[in-house]
Amino acid sequence: MNADPIVGRAVPRRDGPAKVSGAASFTAEVPVEGLAHAALVCSTVAAGEITGIDLTEARSAPGVVAVMTHHNAPAIRIAPLLITLRGASFTRAPVMQDARIRWNGQPVAIVVAETPEQADHAASLVRVGYAPAEGRLVFDDLKVGAPQPDHVQGEAPAVLRGDAEAALRTAAARVDQVYRTPWHTHCAIELHATTVAWHDERSLTMWDATQAVTHSQATLAEVFDLDPEDIRVVSQFVGGAFGNKMMWSHQILCAAAARLARRPVRLVLSRSDVFRVTGGRTRTEQRVALGARANGTLTALVHEATTTTGINDGFAEQCTFPARVLYGADSFGIDQRVVELHTPANSSMRAPGESVGSFALECALDELAEQLDVDPLDVRAGLEPAAHPTTGKPFSGRHLLEAYRLGAERFGWARRSSTPRSRRDGPWWIGHGVATATYPYTRMPGGRASVTLSADGCATVRTAAHEMGMGTATVQAQYAADHLGLPLDRVRFEYGDSRHPAAVPAGGSAQTVSIIASVVAAARALTAELLHLAAPDSPLAGAGAGADDVEMRDGGLHPRDGGPGESYAAILRRAGRAELAAEGAASPPTETAQHAMHSYGVQFCEVRVHDVTGEVRVSRWLGVFDTGRIINPRTAASQFRGAIVMGIGSALTEETIFDERTGRVLNASLAEYHVPVHADIPPIDVAWLGHPDPMAPMGGKGVGEVGMVGVAAAVANAVHNATGRRIRDLPITPDKVLGL
Amino acid sequence: MIVINGTPHDTEITDPRRSLLDHLREDVGLHGPKKGCDQGGCGACTVLVDGRRVLACLTLAAQAEGRSVTTVEGVGRDGGLDPLQEAFIEHDGFQCGYCTPGQVCSAIGMADEVARGVPSRVSPEIGAASFDLSPDEIRERMSGNLCRCGAYNGIVAAIEETYLDGPR
Amino acid sequence: MKPFTYQRADDVASAVAAAAATPGAAYLGGGTNLVDLMRQNVERPAALVDVSRLPARIGIGTDGRLWMGAAATNTDVAADPVVRRDFPIIAEAIVNGASGQIRNTATVGGNLLQRTRCLYFYDTGARCNKREPGSGCDAVDGHNRMHAVLGASPECVATNPSDLGVALAALDARVHLAGPAGGRTVELLDLHRLPGDTPHVETVLAPGELITAVSVPPPPAAARSAYRKVRERASYAFALVSVAALLEVRDGVVASARLALGGVAAKPWRAAVAEAVLTGAPATRATFDRAAAAALADARPLAHNGFKIPLAQRVIVSTLEELS
Repeated sequence: MNADPIVGRAVPRRDGPAKVSGAASFTAEVPVEGLAHAALVCSTVAAGEITGIDLTEARSAPGVVAVMTHHNAPAIRIAPLLITLRGASFTRAPVMQDARIRWNGQPVAIVVAETPEQADHAASLVRVGYAPAEGRLVFDDLKVGAPQPDHVQGEAPAVLRGDAEAALRTAAARVDQVYRTPWHTHCAIELHATTVAWHDERSLTMWDATQAVTHSQATLAEVFDLDPEDIRVVSQFVGGAFGNKMMWSHQILCAAAARLARRPVRLVLSRSDVFRVTGGRTRTEQRVALGARANGTLTALVHEATTTTGINDGFAEQCTFPARVLYGADSFGIDQRVVELHTPANSSMRAPGESVGSFALECALDELAEQLDVDPLDVRAGLEPAAHPTTGKPFSGRHLLEAYRLGAERFGWARRSSTPRSRRDGPWWIGHGVATATYPYTRMPGGRASVTLSADGCATVRTAAHEMGMGTATVQAQYAADHLGLPLDRVRFEYGDSRHPAAVPAGGSAQTVSIIASVVAAARALTAELLHLAAPDSPLAGAGAGADDVEMRDGGLHPRDGGPGESYAAILRRAGRAELAAEGAASPPTETAQHAMHSYGVQFCEVRVHDVTGEVRVSRWLGVFDTGRIINPRTAASQFRGAIVMGIGSALTEETIFDERTGRVLNASLAEYHVPVHADIPPIDVAWLGHPDPMAPMGGKGVGEVGMVGVAAAVANAVHNATGRRIRDLPITPDKVLGL
Repeated sequence: MIVINGTPHDTEITDPRRSLLDHLREDVGLHGPKKGCDQGGCGACTVLVDGRRVLACLTLAAQAEGRSVTTVEGVGRDGGLDPLQEAFIEHDGFQCGYCTPGQVCSAIGMADEVARGVPSRVSPEIGAASFDLSPDEIRERMSGNLCRCGAYNGIVAAIEETYLDGPR
Repeated sequence: MKPFTYQRADDVASAVAAAAATPGAAYLGGGTNLVDLMRQNVERPAALVDVSRLPARIGIGTDGRLWMGAAATNTDVAADPVVRRDFPIIAEAIVNGASGQIRNTATVGGNLLQRTRCLYFYDTGARCNKREPGSGCDAVDGHNRMHAVLGASPECVATNPSDLGVALAALDARVHLAGPAGGRTVELLDLHRLPGDTPHVETVLAPGELITAVSVPPPPAAARSAYRKVRERASYAFALVSVAALLEVRDGVVASARLALGGVAAKPWRAAVAEAVLTGAPATRATFDRAAAAALADARPLAHNGFKIPLAQRVIVSTLEELS
């Protein structure tokens, strides 16, 4: 360890100079000799069969190298699902193996040509005939009697404690409402891009914009029946992902097309492809019912959620997770249902489940507070459970009450008017809202890392992890520097390449702690190697020192009992070694077996609602978070802010519009799917408690997703405070605000 | 002939369909300008043409003939970063970095527009002789550059700090 | 994008001649709409005649009118000191539209000829009478939240997305054309056609005709004006509804009034009936309410856009109140 820790310092991003100068190279920019370019042809019906594909015009178009359809595609096995931990797919749909259409936007052909323009044009010349079938498209018709999924992210789909419905009927105060959220799309600004070069019939390199390098490698091996060792997946910089840059059909198709074309092939999805070929966040319909005593304590907490997936895809989004953990109640009635639709697969999008689930729960809490005439923050504080309310496990660390107190003071919550529609500034009504956030702590199993010491005393940490903007490259170097006892500038962190030790996907806010656990293991192995290497004349030799007897600090190994140590450089020099490497596997994530581990937060906001137009503008924000130890305040603050920005989008503007007659995404562009712009976002204040979680490696918990949870609810609650109108379906648009 | 970052380029544009963006990226090898939508919806491809910020994806390469194009690779000074780029790092005005070159070029063009007396939607008086670069003005004028990572606060802070005393 | 030939015109005459000589030619202004639509395979010209370097002068003519060359960029118009002083509503409308980058490229002529943002028009996987005459309209019974409430037809319910056009409609602008048969001038209000049963024919332009300039008479000296646009996203989004209004009040009575609406029809919509209600009436809330009701009296809502009618009325009333 470093005596003056680097962890906790606001170190600037290591990739900053490259990113601000255009030098950072993204997937579509990798130079490859002899490259051809691909474009997709996608179905325009949601269900049915392809009756014929006429390639005459496309094949004769200038520059065309190859065209692949289900007629000439190679055998491709089903890609393993992300949830299996063996792959990174959200869908079990076969990739171009048959004539069946499963959603509107499914790729039905891929065209390879000399230039992107030629490929795009030739793709427009592919004529596809369909025999459309009646699709499962109308949510409201299909939600009735929708089945329970087998599990929800590994947990039971239903949690029933006591008779919640009976308790509701006799409750002194009762809220029983239905909340709705629409489909969302991730909209990372970098388009999904893949480049594939086959070296021979059984080996290839794929450069891919992915957040799952190791699992992409495994997937390619599985689907093409290859040895993973013969597959290299490289993903250096990723231009945003948010859960969407996993394994979809396009990477597999690009690889298959490259083999067919016998050329390296690059496929950059068009923006409309991104909307239609890959999946977004499910729509939800959620009933939350709260039964309360006059003092605000809950006699019943009911949260029933219905979400959607593609046909046979099986991803049930965990909307009810906040209701399982946040508040104490005498009885619980938690239930999830899933409707299969002929749509793109449901995928994980930043804070899947919790973000939209908290909208329902946290709005209902606000409605209850209004009914009880109690401050909504006090209602929440009064429901703080001593242990996990539905599993009974002790919390590893939970400081929500402290976050409430700190946040209320910092935001000036006490100055909020408890009377709706009572504050005005010119034409703008002003309102304030609050909501609680939570997101589960996860550490995925399977991560590995290596640490290589060189004779100059520098260390290189390697793992096949991902830098999509979270600051991975920076914070891992900080952690490794402290752990190895080196200055920051002597630690390199290499990532984004399947040649490095296997890594977990970047998801579930789990990457940082997962890598840290791997680095800890690698450093321990390295310590053993160093001790083994330490020559007889080393101060460390003969001390009978085991790995537990020494510590890594001051650039070397030092006995814990205070005896003389030796620098890494000296050990290597004495042994005549240019470098020394060791690899380690993260310990199994057993910490969650005995403890309920979660990140928490509280969101405060101020909105202004235009009296005439109903336009809603967010004018102030504070998020206070309880996410354990923060490695880098600068990058963590940006993660929190970024998540809040995405939450504001979900509150006010974002909706992926499906035409329920055709199952087609209509607003498949950034001009018509409205992510927040600069003008939508006020200065966002963030703070954190920083209490290390005693059960987590290094005391850290996830920061990437909890920041989005509760945001839409806080906005909706503030809109109610501003106008007296309660909007229960997102987004909160002027027509809803005005009741038009 | 297109002058790119100060250097004349005679690279032939063989396909009229080629956008200025693809020309810069594929033919000239400048990958600073990014493709985020290819339809004018995100601003990641923003470059300066004759000093004005434009979307390279909606500009045909042929339309740039005879013009002077500056990409993010050409905004630095004396081989180093422009103070604006330094400020982006200091204020953490990016995460994934994909929209960043467009944000940087857009900010440069934007500051110049303010100096030239181009009004914005939030300008207090549309007929005013000059406009301030307030945070509100920056937010409105930069709204053509999406950042899905949500680094907007840092971007605005970087621009505000850099152009506190007007454009350079 | 379909292959095409490209040539740049140096003057109006050569542009018109080039277009006339090239089958399937289209004029290319800033390209901010046309190039996008070509990439979506919605527009498929065989040839482009680049008119973006044709005259772009902005200034007051000897006739006292404001003249804007068709190739003038939106930014240059909005920044022009004379425009900002004497025709501020033009600058206001422009800066309410698109983004800084797009305004730097988009031209006055191109702005007026930009195509609808109807999601079905943009999607070649959908049916659209405007894109493919006779194929049907998926919007009429589909997702039509953004669609027209005025002047629509069973064949097409698309809206015109221009902000500038709404201001120009309120200002009695004229559009100056050149074509194979010579030059002519049309009133801006006559430039766009309502869809009827030929929604693919959007303007009165003859084949090969080119907008060369737009001219605007000076508004009444005592009139106050405002452009108001409503949208969910604070910037860089098309209007749910927009209102351009000029109001001249003398001694508490409306001396003159101009009112145009955006986001509600296939063309910039001049609310002449409302102007008649206003003119000569006391400048009171009651009058404004009656004018707003009159402006939308013929409005016909679809399944999802009914809110536009009361929303437009609210904005009309508040804008007039602000100007009175």
